[in-house]
Amino acid sequence: MSAIIHGAGAATALSTFNSKKLVARSRTNLPGRSKRCIVAAGSDDGSKSFGSSSLSLRHSHKLIANNAVATKADTSATTGHELLLFEALQEGLEEEMDRDPHVCVMGEDVGHYGGSYKVTKGLADKFGDLRVLDTPICENAFTGMGIGAAMTDLRPVIEGMNMGFLLLAFNQISNNCGMLHYTSGGQFTIPVVIRGPGGVGRQLGAEHSQRLESYFQSIPGIQMVACSTPYNAKGLMKAAIRSENPVILFEHVLLYNLKEKIPDEEYICNLEEAEMVRPGEHITILTYSRMRYHVMQAAKTLVNKGYDPEVIDIRSLKPFDLYTIGNSVKKTHRVLIVEECMRTGGIGASLTAAINENFHDYLDAPVMCLSSQDVPTPYAGTLEEWTVVQPAQIVTAVEQLCQ
Amino acid sequence: MALSRLSSRSKGISRPLSAAFSRSISTDTTPITIETSLPFTAHLCDPPSRSVESSTQELLSFFRTMALMRRMEIAADSLYKAKLIRGFCHLYDGQEAVAIGMEAAITKKDAIITAYRDHCIFLGRGGSLYEVFAELMGRQDGCSKGKGGSMHFYKKDSSFYGGHGIVGAQVPLGCGIAFAQKYSKEEAVTFAMYGDGAANQGQLFEALNISALWDLPSILVCENNHYGMGTAEWRAAKSPSYYKRGDYVPGLKVDGMDAFAVKQACKFAKEHALKNGPIILEMDTYRYHGHSMSDPGSTYRTRDEISGVRQERDPIERIKKLVLSHDLATEKELKDMEKEIRKEVDDAIAKAKDCPMPEPSELFTNVYVKGFGTESFGADRKEVKAALP
Repeated sequence: MSAIIHGAGAATALSTFNSKKLVARSRTNLPGRSKRCIVAAGSDDGSKSFGSSSLSLRHSHKLIANNAVATKADTSATTGHELLLFEALQEGLEEEMDRDPHVCVMGEDVGHYGGSYKVTKGLADKFGDLRVLDTPICENAFTGMGIGAAMTDLRPVIEGMNMGFLLLAFNQISNNCGMLHYTSGGQFTIPVVIRGPGGVGRQLGAEHSQRLESYFQSIPGIQMVACSTPYNAKGLMKAAIRSENPVILFEHVLLYNLKEKIPDEEYICNLEEAEMVRPGEHITILTYSRMRYHVMQAAKTLVNKGYDPEVIDIRSLKPFDLYTIGNSVKKTHRVLIVEECMRTGGIGASLTAAINENFHDYLDAPVMCLSSQDVPTPYAGTLEEWTVVQPAQIVTAVEQLCQ
Repeated sequence: MALSRLSSRSKGISRPLSAAFSRSISTDTTPITIETSLPFTAHLCDPPSRSVESSTQELLSFFRTMALMRRMEIAADSLYKAKLIRGFCHLYDGQEAVAIGMEAAITKKDAIITAYRDHCIFLGRGGSLYEVFAELMGRQDGCSKGKGGSMHFYKKDSSFYGGHGIVGAQVPLGCGIAFAQKYSKEEAVTFAMYGDGAANQGQLFEALNISALWDLPSILVCENNHYGMGTAEWRAAKSPSYYKRGDYVPGLKVDGMDAFAVKQACKFAKEHALKNGPIILEMDTYRYHGHSMSDPGSTYRTRDEISGVRQERDPIERIKKLVLSHDLATEKELKDMEKEIRKEVDDAIAKAKDCPMPEPSELFTNVYVKGFGTESFGADRKEVKAALP
């Protein structure tokens, strides 16, 4: 991966990138690109109002005054419907199940109960017991079964009631799901989606507040994405189901009730692309999932203090979208990573290494990474608050980096 | 391959032959009924009858294929000692009857999934000797392009799902394949094979529970060779009656050294699974080699035991006796057949030795589908190209 990006780094013309160009349509006509670059996927064109890049164009002069908290407001979409994140996931899942009869869902209480977070509500009534399968409590076996079914021509969506339970299926995910395409010489594809809520909730206790991104990130052959808004939740769910590779979709327990207006027409998000939440000039803040909201809250404070942070929701945890990240680093020269993973061996740790390796020359300050503490998540509310990164810490870190 | 040769011979044309068969071989598919050596022991079901319907053609093909498998495994042994095969190499000699009997009872639409002792099952599913040896030696023409190795043989077009290194992990996969077969209404079954060592894995019982609950056409086959690597079954399992371990799931104990008993049991199991859901088959078999090539196989069992089984229960000897007693071929013809098989195996090895190693760029292929994972996805996105260093 790094060798590819080195090619991109060789194009010095990119360093004069300004934020206006960043929101331009096709990135293919960027000057000075060497042959060894990745040409990243173009973003939505400006006509779609919900596109992240066009949104930032609209907002770039507004954000100073506006409330920079929470989800991006969909200002100009007059069509579209408002829904909560779990409903967006359900809509995506339902549309894909309608579209392809090979898609099935398996997990604990996904069928008759409607899903513990209501993501699969109503699906069992609509599609029947053979397509929405209530499994007994045996993660190892039903994950294995999902992978075995995917080896033929089904496309199962495996739900872990809580991401932490998937640790019991780690062998199946690591050895079979990730590796079968390779060890069979390409004979089998495993188009499986493994999804579930993870992350630190509200006093759920240590075992139910797991962040598994760090454990799964070294498994070769899988892709990992983390959704954070209803828009990207639905888009990523659809993309993950359609992908031929095994995809692990990380949702967050506390984000299920986020409300946003999403378009009526069908859309898919790119699995490997990061999302520009707020373009800026002074510092790049990389984040994903729930921490995006903490960052945006901190951004509000920072903007009042006169800073202009660029916030990127990396979305794709494996592989990293080093193209978007790289362009941002080349512009701002300072990076802060805010994540909910543990400090040791987390996504932030890998991202820090990747950025240092690839964009070292562009950095004016060391990459700073704010992550959760390396402790089991305590039950007490105050302690739990201190394990996770809080907006005040983000503000302090930015001030420190921007000195 | 053996079958087509037989049928062309059996047209009764006598010509000067350099091949193994002569005019005195009985023609075609004369049916023969063979009694299995031992009765079946059943749990929660009625055992099938001991009389197995077969034919002369089948009998001879059993002999030929089993001799081929035996020779292939012995050759793999010498290749390993010559350091042409590295890593782990788990040999199947002694257990050939299970692979052969199972193949005779099913079609290529029925799926088989097994653990790491998979060379012979791959061969039985239609794999070629060349693919086997090329894969074992890590060459690019191997069945998994040299990237899998001994424990990762797969053949998708014959529904052979491998080839798995982690003990017991293949059983939930097998039940998943059975689920897919039921989902797609295929009228096919899945044989999920595992050993007596794996029979103590929890995921087996989890998968069995789901299979029984959802009425999946899965057949769990325990190849009980009585040793889980170095641990004898009585030291690992409180209840070594693996066919009863299913509790509410019916089971059948089969003499795994008798190819016809295996065939009968698999036929019975397939009919059962298509109607009633999962069933467990325990194949009482034996392996002559150790667990793998790094295990001499004699530290936990006596040489007398091994040679005793070889003398009394060897599957190929049993078929040989049947062939001779039914006058299907003479001793000399069978010896010639074996010589021919030896030559076939040697030729395949020589050809595989000539095959080149995989290209360095193959390191990165097949990790993800569609390239290196940096390609864009989505209905309204532009293409992404990634250039490898």
